[in-house]
Amino acid sequence: MGKIWIIMLIAAIATLLFTSPDAAVAAMIDGSHSAVELAMNLVALYAFWLGFFAILEKIGISNVIAKLLKPLMRFLFKDIDGETQKYITMNMSANLLGLGNAATPMGINAINRLSKDKTFATSNMIMMIVISATSLQILPSTVIGLRATHGSVAPASFLPASIVATVLSTVLGILLVKLFSKLFPDEKYAARLEKKRLAAASSPKAKKAKRPFRRRRGET
Amino acid sequence: MTSYIIPVIFLTVLVLSFFKKKDAYSLFVDGSSQAIDLMVGVFPYLVTIMMAVAVFRASGVSSAVANFLSPVMSLFGLPKELTELLLLRPLSGAGSLAILDNIFVTYGTDTFIGRCASLIYGSSETVFYITAIYFSQCNVKRLRYAIPVALIATFTGCVVGCLLLRVI
Repeated sequence: MGKIWIIMLIAAIATLLFTSPDAAVAAMIDGSHSAVELAMNLVALYAFWLGFFAILEKIGISNVIAKLLKPLMRFLFKDIDGETQKYITMNMSANLLGLGNAATPMGINAINRLSKDKTFATSNMIMMIVISATSLQILPSTVIGLRATHGSVAPASFLPASIVATVLSTVLGILLVKLFSKLFPDEKYAARLEKKRLAAASSPKAKKAKRPFRRRRGET
Repeated sequence: MTSYIIPVIFLTVLVLSFFKKKDAYSLFVDGSSQAIDLMVGVFPYLVTIMMAVAVFRASGVSSAVANFLSPVMSLFGLPKELTELLLLRPLSGAGSLAILDNIFVTYGTDTFIGRCASLIYGSSETVFYITAIYFSQCNVKRLRYAIPVALIATFTGCVVGCLLLRVI
């Protein structure tokens, strides 16, 4: 993630230096502006859906959904507690209904619970992310609407193929995570990280190199 | 039909809460009070991603990279005009929607390119964005194979979907 980000920025700013240097900062500030706009919209959506989910939870509907999806959960995830399961099922249900922004708060809660005192993504977390990131889009209403406004004769004509595509991506995503979690088990990864950490801590060179970095972070 | 689903769910929940004698009003207040905190955590990621995507597009680098990658697209049977859409879709919903709009204007909605573009946008998600936001409030730094797997799965879905569009 961080690598892609910095490559994108360096390439973009370097290019703009040659083509139109004024545009560089303007474009970045423009992007930040649209982030603020989006954030405002999202706060409203989060507030609305979190309020609704709070009612859902208290009247026990989220428990019912979690119970219904328990066999599926057991297939997808390795030993997770009931509370986490509830968040995951709510996240999935919201995604299925096409409410991506309602799914986000539940997804964050689920990841927070899965990631207690971990510094790397376990196969459970990766499964959760991959399912959300390849989530089933049964009715892509944004695209259908946009096609209609552009005068399409059959705005929903791409739907059958699109459904095949979204189902395939979800199934393939799940299978790949299952495969990778067998090939690269969490325990082995944790052990390797620990070894690396110990090696870094015992070498004095690494300690010195790290200090100025930390100080800089403290200042900002 | 589908426009009924969510209001009906809403109504059911409210009626149920009434009969179960739960104070829906205070529950809603409680729930929504978390929204600002959530956004405080999410916002830095929004700005970080969106300002980079904005300058990446404005600089023309994204279309240059798209041009460079277009032979690979043809290899998978995808129209090369859609490379930039496929490139930006995982990064930004708004950015890729603007590109989709542009494609509809340039190539029309009911051409193969237009339909294929609809499929790419409609069947996939903003992989990078979702990952960044979901992990925004925990200490997890190493995501391991999460993003590659999500991207491969999405891409395969798009390739097969566009292949299907050629026949139906």
